Order: sequence, then C-alpha cells, then structure tokens
Amino acid sequence: MIARRLRASLKGWGGVGAMLSVCVLAVAFALLLPLTHAPVDSAPGSGSTRLAEATQAKADTCGRHPEQLSPQPSGDESGPAVTAVKQRGYLSVGVDQNSYRWGYRDPNSSGGDLEGFDIDLAHEIARQLLGDPNAVRFHAIPTNQRIPAIKSGQVDMVVRTMTITCDRLKEVAFSDPYFATGQQVLAPKASGITGYDASLAGKKICTAEGSTANTALTQDKKNHKLAASTDISTTVPNQLDCLVELQLGEVDAIVTDGALAASQAAQDPTVELKGKPFTTEYYGVAMNKGAGDLVRRVNQVLVDYRKSGWQTSYDKWLSPTLGTDSASSRPPSS
Amino acid sequence: MTHPQQSGAPPATPTMPDAPARATAGGGRSAAVSQDPPGPRRRTAFAEGADRLRAAATTEPGRLRVIGAVLALLVIAFGAVTAWQMTDRSNAADDVLHSSQPLSAGAADIYRSLADANTTASSGFLAGGQEPRATTERYDRDIRTAAAGLVTAAASTEPGSPSAATITKLNKLLPEYKGLIERARANNRQGFPVGGAYLRTANEVMQKQMLPAAQDLYTKENERLRSDYADATPYPWFAIALGVLALVALGLTQRRNYRRTNRLLNRGLVAATAASAIVLLWTVVGHSVARAGLNASYDHGVRSLNVLHDARIASLNARGNENLTLVSRGAETKQLPDGTVEDAYDYAFQQDMKTLSAGLAKAVTLADDQTGRAPVTAATGNMKVWQQRHKQARTADDDGNYQAALNKIIGSAADQPTGECFDSVDANLAKALGHEEGEFQHRAGDGRNAIAGLPVGAAVLAVLAASGALLGIGRRLSEYR
Repeated sequence: MIARRLRASLKGWGGVGAMLSVCVLAVAFALLLPLTHAPVDSAPGSGSTRLAEATQAKADTCGRHPEQLSPQPSGDESGPAVTAVKQRGYLSVGVDQNSYRWGYRDPNSSGGDLEGFDIDLAHEIARQLLGDPNAVRFHAIPTNQRIPAIKSGQVDMVVRTMTITCDRLKEVAFSDPYFATGQQVLAPKASGITGYDASLAGKKICTAEGSTANTALTQDKKNHKLAASTDISTTVPNQLDCLVELQLGEVDAIVTDGALAASQAAQDPTVELKGKPFTTEYYGVAMNKGAGDLVRRVNQVLVDYRKSGWQTSYDKWLSPTLGTDSASSRPPSS
Repeated sequence: MTHPQQSGAPPATPTMPDAPARATAGGGRSAAVSQDPPGPRRRTAFAEGADRLRAAATTEPGRLRVIGAVLALLVIAFGAVTAWQMTDRSNAADDVLHSSQPLSAGAADIYRSLADANTTASSGFLAGGQEPRATTERYDRDIRTAAAGLVTAAASTEPGSPSAATITKLNKLLPEYKGLIERARANNRQGFPVGGAYLRTANEVMQKQMLPAAQDLYTKENERLRSDYADATPYPWFAIALGVLALVALGLTQRRNYRRTNRLLNRGLVAATAASAIVLLWTVVGHSVARAGLNASYDHGVRSLNVLHDARIASLNARGNENLTLVSRGAETKQLPDGTVEDAYDYAFQQDMKTLSAGLAKAVTLADDQTGRAPVTAATGNMKVWQQRHKQARTADDDGNYQAALNKIIGSAADQPTGECFDSVDANLAKALGHEEGEFQHRAGDGRNAIAGLPVGAAVLAVLAASGALLGIGRRLSEYR
C-alpha cells in the first residue's frame, strides 16, 4: 500500500521532473542553437550580428521554425476581428497581380478577375467565413507594402506568396503554412546549369532587389559556397523582370522562390527549374498581430483546405511546372 | 607687291598712278618723287595717294575731283555694307521661318510621336490580348512619324555634330523599343504577366533613354532657332553709320557748293542725297519692322510653342503612367524622401500632372489673344476633370474593383473614363499649337517681308546715288573747261 503510493507519487514527480527537464533542454536548445550556428551560416557583419542577437532575444517566441508558431486552429467566430469581417460582409485581401498561376489577371478574360493558387485560397477563406467565395475584395499590393497594408488595416490579410520569417513575425501574425517552397534555380533547358552548384560558375544570375534570393546569393558568394566567377550583380525591381532579362539573353539563370520560379517557367516553355530547392521556406497568410481570433479561424480553414481544396488548386495551377507529385510543396500539417 | 626683276633705270620707272598726278599737278614735286634715292624702289601707294591729294587740293578742279571720288566711295560703301548686312539678316530671318523653326517643330514632333507611341502601347495593352484596331493604328502611325522625323532631322544635321549623335542613338533605340513592345504584345496575347514586365521594360527604355534624347534634339534645334533669331534681329549699325556719314558728306558738299557758286541746287547731288536718304530710312524702318515682327514671333509664337509642346509631352507621359499603374500595380514602388512608399507609376503620374498644370498656367499667360487662350483654358478644364476621374479610378482599384477602375481609365463614354479627358487635353493642346504656329508664321513672315527687297534695293539705290554724286560734281567740273 505504502510502497504503491510511493511509487505513484514518484511516478508523478518523475513526470513533473521529466517535463521540467524537457523544458529546460528546449529553452537551452532554443537559446544556444542560433549561437552555435551563427558563425557557420552567416558571415561577420553588422547585419548578421543584429540578426543573431534578435533571434537570441526572441528565442522564446521564434526559433528555427517560425512556421510552427501559429496559434491552434479554432472554428470560433465570436472574436472581434472575425466579427468585424462578418459585419462588413466581405474580406479584404492583399494579393499580387503579376505572379502567373499565383495571383494574376488574365488580360483575355472579360472582367479581368484575378486568378491563381493564392486567389483560390482567399476565395476559400471567404467561403468559410462568410458563406460566399466571392465576398472578397482584392487589393493588388507591392511586395514591400505587404506589412504596411496589414498594419494600417487596409487589408484583413495578405495572401501573396509571403514567406513566414522571424523578422516578419515581429510585425504581423502568420497562419499555419499553406505551401512549402525554397530558393531554386531557373535556367534555359538547353543550358549546362544543373542546379545551385558548381555549374553556375561564370554565369550571370538575376535576382530581385532585396529578395531572399539576393541575400542568400550574396552570403554564399562571401562564404565561397558559390563560385567567385558567378556574376550576381543583376538585380531588378520585380522577380518577373528577371524572366525578361533571361529571355533577352542578358542573364544565364534566375534564382527566386521555387514557387515563383515555377510561375515563370509556366510562361516560357524553354526554361525549367534546375535541381532541388537549396533552402526551405513556407508561405503563410499574414494578418494583423491583434487579430488572434482571425488567425485561429484561418488556421481552421487551412486544416480543412489541406484535406480537399489544396490538391485541386495545386493540380490546376502548379502541377504543370512543379510536377504532379505535390509532396514537396505540401505544408506540414499542424 | 614688289617687282624683284627691277634692273632698269634708277629714275624709278614712272608707274601708272604717277602719270596723271604729274599731268594734273606737274612741276617739281613729282620730279622729286621720281628722283628718290635708289634705296626704296617704290613708295607706298598711300604715300603716293596722299601726295597726289595734296597736289590736287591746290586747285579747285582738283579739289572737286577729290570730293567727287570721296562721295562716290562713301555712297557705294554705304550701299554695299547695307546690302551685305541686310542680306545676312534677311537670310537669318528666312532661316527662322523656313529652316530652323520647322526643324524645331520637327524635333518636337519626334518627341511627341515617341511619347504618344509609348502611351498608346500601354493603352492597347490594358485593353487585353486583342488590341483595339484604333490603338494599333495610332501606335504604328506614331512610330512612322518618329522614323520619318528622324530622317528629316538627320538630313539637316552636320555629320559628327552632337545632334547627329543623338539622332544615331534614337535610330538605334527605336527598333529596340519596338521589339520590346512586340514581345509584350505577344506575351499579353497568351495571357502571360511577363508581357507586363516587357511593357515596363519598354517604358523604361522610352522614359530613360529615348525621350531624354528626343528632348535633347529638340533643345538643340531650339538653340539653332535662337541663334538664327540672334542673327536676324540686331541693328545694322555699321551700315547706318556709313549712311549717316554719306549724308553728312553730301550735305557738306552742297553747302560748300552753295557758298562758292550761290547756286542753291545741284541736281546730281540732290538726287544722290535723296537716294542715300531713302536707303538709310528704308534700312532703319524696314529693319525695325522686321525686328519687331521677329521678336513678336518669338515672344508670341516660339515661346508659346515651347511651353505647349512641353505641356503636351507631360500630358502624354501622365496618360502612359496612368495606364501602367493599372497594368503593373505594385510591380515597382518608389520611396519618397519622407519615407512613404508609393506605386512608382502613380507617383510619376502625379509628377507629370504637376508639370502639365504648370505648363498650362504658363501657356495661358503667354497666349496673347482669345483664340490662343481658349483652347488652353479648355485643356486646363479637361485636366481638372481628368484628375477627379483619376482619383475615382484609383479609389475603385484600391477597393479591389479592378473592372471599375479599368472602365474609368479606358472605358466607353458612359463610364466617363479618363481617356476622354486625356484626348480632350491632347486635342485642345494640338489646337493651341496650331494657332501659335500660325501666329509665328504670320509675324515672322511679316518681319521677313519687311526687309525682303532691301539688299537689292540698297545696292541699286547706292549705285544711283553714286552716279548722282559724280554727275553733280562733273557738272561743276565742266565749268572749269
């Protein structure tokens, strides 16, 4: 009897102890990981130091996997943000209008409606929230206006190939990921380029100004992961302009998000994605930090969407260039 | 000129000019001249002439001869200088009217056609893959006008001059631009957004390279025009001074004549005086009229034309940027000094509108009559409506209503599109330009006509005046025989 109780209490304490130690380990891991990795994958420089410090300070809220930090899905619709949308009667969504197969306007369709993978998702969110897939107003916003548009309340959410990052999490809230991608090389089929590797030596690469790709390439060139003879000086205002440069023969390859590279490949049958993505990124729906209830509601939409609508939309827009196997693009289910 | 092979008699071979001098004055002086020491073989013509004059001045007939020669020389010189200076001015005025102003207008036309082509291309693009026929035709016409204009400009340009370099540059860029537009169209037909990227690239080539070059050409042609004006308008002071001198000389001669003979009139001299006075008066009055006409043609024509051309270009660029805002909303942004970020094309539209507004305000103050002012005022009104409608279009687009925004830009009349306002602005500016062009032609033509016959007239009258003077003096001389 006594022995049994002792055993039970020990078991209880043991559980608590185990939980405690796991917590300590997790915190230590979260704290130390960026420190141990910082010198490896970032060159010395004020920017990267600042990044490391920021990551460290934010270690309790954002680590190596910012895409796993979204709140639990919930079908609750009583929160203030969801109520506001319902009262207004339509959802206001920031999108792109120049990303083929993601968010674009077909000039030959009457009405000039936007269409693409991002647009499908926005319609789905509107359908679940308001019962009408068309109860949505699209705002074409520039890349660098995504966060300001959310913060100012101009849009309820941004569905615009937006990667979930720790830096962005400081300013806006993200839903669970709805797409997995990574930086990838796009080059003419006939070229000798095989991927993000030594075959890029002596080639000219185009990236968009201030893009993740541009930052990664600059870093890798410093770290000699990229051949010194690779010319990465060509930058353009919009990733699509890279395709123009490529078609005009001004550059040999493009580096951009695999998803956007696929969108470019869909517009030119002579180019293709080369090799595997060399980073892992996730797209999420960005919303206001104060709209926690809306984030949870959107996460619930995504739970359902991953089950049915996602694959249909993928097949319609992305399978021609990203391949019929969607496994590598599918986001981890939360 | 010296005569190196002068081996003959030391008593310096009596040269031709000496003979009459000796004949008239005779005596020891000329003997002294001819018996100069052998050192200087010949005296200067000036010294000889001075001696001759001094010798001639001792007798009345001699004095008369000298006076006659001086008068004839003065009058002829006056006529020649007048003809020469007025020919220069008349030619410059002719150039203003028939060469440099048309070239300047031609350069403005190249500039406008290029801007118009760019604007039209973006309008057609907005309409979808199947471009409206009218848009395509207008674009083609613009490209043709620009190409033809470049040929005309090249023909009147010195090889190797900066203008020639600019024309070469434009000739190189025009096909490049066209290629980009065709790629944009081909992609747009297939519904590829990269077509929009090509359109933006083409727009960049136009805005950053071609239009500045065209403007450069326009500025250079305007400089040429200005220099022709500068050649045509200054008073011919040299001719006027000579004219006054000739008249004074003629007056003094007649006064002397009167004192010596008590005769009031010498017909020859009076005729010479009258002819000279006519030439002088004609020069002064004709040139003043011409100058006034040319200056007016500059102030009321050329300056207005320049301002109106600039306004028209601003309006075209504004329209192009308005279209591109809709084609590529969000593709490019511009950060303002105060940190706010705006769509690059909408920002450019606002800037162009400011230029247009300022240009129109200036054009109203420059317009010197109601006919000139009316279209500018109308264009200002169109511009204000345009701005209102543009705001509505932007609001619609920002609210996510793309179709409404599109209708507000290129829709049919029922949509009250901004395209209507742009067309009205363009038409009114074209009207104003036509009026100012006429104004220029009219005034510059008047100016040039005021001095048209002057060079020939001055020459003929001067010859008459010189003959009159010689006849008049001859008549007096004959009294000594």
